[in-house]
Amino acid sequence: MDFLIFKAPMLMVQASLDGILLGILFALIAYGMALQWGVMNIINIAQGDLVILGGYIAYTMYLVGIHPAWGVIVSPIIMYFVGVLLYKLVINKVVDRDLFISILATFGIAIVFQQLMNFIFGADVVVAQSEYGTTMLFDNSVTLPNSKIFSAFISVLYAVALVIYMKKSRLGRAIRATAQNARAAKILGVDTEKVYAATFGINAALCGIAGALISITLTLHPYVGLPYTVRSFMIVIVAGLGNLPAVALSGMGLGLFEEFADYILGTEFRIGAVFMLLVFILVYRRFKLSKKREYLK
Amino acid sequence: MNKVKQKDLILYSGLIILGLAAPYLFSAFKVQLTYLCVLIVLAMTWNLQGGEMGYNTFGNILFYGLGMYLTASVQVGMFFPLAEWTESGGEKTFVHTTAQYFQGIGVGLLVSAIIPAIVAGAIGYAILGLRGHYFAICTLGLGIAAGEIAGGIEIIGAGQGFTTPPFPAEIVDTEARGKFFYFLSFALLIGTFVFVKYIYGSRFKLILNAIRDNEDKAEAMGIQTMKYKITGWMCSAFFCGLAGGIMGGLIGYIDSTDVAFDGREMGVFMVLMAILGGKGTLWGPVIGATLFHFFKEGLWTLILGWQYVALGVLIVVIVIYFPEGLMGWLREKYPERFGEVIDEKDRKAQVELK
Repeated sequence: MDFLIFKAPMLMVQASLDGILLGILFALIAYGMALQWGVMNIINIAQGDLVILGGYIAYTMYLVGIHPAWGVIVSPIIMYFVGVLLYKLVINKVVDRDLFISILATFGIAIVFQQLMNFIFGADVVVAQSEYGTTMLFDNSVTLPNSKIFSAFISVLYAVALVIYMKKSRLGRAIRATAQNARAAKILGVDTEKVYAATFGINAALCGIAGALISITLTLHPYVGLPYTVRSFMIVIVAGLGNLPAVALSGMGLGLFEEFADYILGTEFRIGAVFMLLVFILVYRRFKLSKKREYLK
Repeated sequence: MNKVKQKDLILYSGLIILGLAAPYLFSAFKVQLTYLCVLIVLAMTWNLQGGEMGYNTFGNILFYGLGMYLTASVQVGMFFPLAEWTESGGEKTFVHTTAQYFQGIGVGLLVSAIIPAIVAGAIGYAILGLRGHYFAICTLGLGIAAGEIAGGIEIIGAGQGFTTPPFPAEIVDTEARGKFFYFLSFALLIGTFVFVKYIYGSRFKLILNAIRDNEDKAEAMGIQTMKYKITGWMCSAFFCGLAGGIMGGLIGYIDSTDVAFDGREMGVFMVLMAILGGKGTLWGPVIGATLFHFFKEGLWTLILGWQYVALGVLIVVIVIYFPEGLMGWLREKYPERFGEVIDEKDRKAQVELK
């Protein structure tokens, strides 16, 4: 335990800014999670691995010599097709079934993805250099990598674009109709099969954007997907399905929590703290709900 | 009725004789056989949760890893300072005598059975109140959090791992180590099987099934569901802890995320084995674990490097196409063998309705 952070105000500013910028990125992944959960009623454990795959696409571009920031345009396009393919192969068989089946099946997909990425990209921790430099604030006592600001900006941009798309476009309306009542949507002529495929594709594309941003702001490794899944799951539970401002807020909250946990508990406990937070949130939710149930009795 | 029992008796005594003779018959595969026993134990205890109670847990790995660390820590800590042991290759400086080794592992296994059961009881009230997929994800998080936290604690070796006490060098017989761990795990397997079989014949199993089928209704019938859920979980934790303790001694080296809290391998294996065999049956997990182990050992070496891809594909295929498992498939095919009576008239009527 190290409480130095509470004695130095500049460290707190640093941690808060880092946390908020990181949290916006998490919120983007969580939005994809909420989308597929709400529309198809599946929980996708492979979400984090889709993120990492998207990151590796940007990293490959960096290796070829293209600036990795272009990954935020290329990666979602590739990932959309990966998502649709995945839907056609596996996911369409787990929609409408027990949620545990979707959890286990996507767990299997996650293992396959991890191992394939390990084969293709190697087991080293990699990062794509964006060379954006850093911004110094408050007399150089707070350093802020420009890539983080860039990633937060792009995340917000895509999120807003997606919200407008979901509101205005025909497909967006079909997706929302299917989420409300799949049977009714089918009767009214919506091809739900196509809607599901598109939803999963859009989710994968969101993961692709987030991955490309992670490749320049954080690090990539084939086996770090699961924490991203858990983070997005956590954000969705706290915020609820389909409540976008709450998703953004709880994403930032999670980012703040992580940065502070990093300072106080030490970096080696960072991932452990995330998973413990998940357990605590679920248990808190359970006691809150059970109180409501008793009240109804 | 008497005839059936006689049949059972022949089956069980045959299996026990086979189990006792196995290390002599296949003496090159003693380690594999030990693994098999532990895998069956894990699958059977998972089945109590996932199959009978309907609470699909990824968290039993927590008790397995806990048991592993506890056995090794007690075994070392009883005679030598634990911190120095883990700090710098303690197995070279401190040597267990034969008596110390067996005393240590005995006490260690005892502790590793009791403490996980207590932990399960302590967290049970909070965790088992979650339903369905929330429970699954929560236990998944719990298992991984345990691994990450254990990897940060200095006294049990942190990230660099923990070497368990080596088998005493005074015993000259080179086969002794393999035999010792095999018979230990075989005894655990028999103990678990007898216990689970006892549960299958008791009212407790019916209560667990009631919880699986409809928890709210079970509660409305006056069953204190929480009490039974916690008891069920504690039973699982007890055996998982023992299995972990034995595995720690067998492997000889404990790593926080790759050996002890190995959610990526053991944690998934136990779910997969139970589903492969057929969850909610007595023999399903046993058959599932045996098949899985043979498949794994046979194929792993052939497709070296691709084993995790094969594992992932296997999970997807089993979960999507055979969610009822082998026993479920057999049951559908030969229902009369399982004591189910089919009313021909009723079936015809149903076919006509379709």
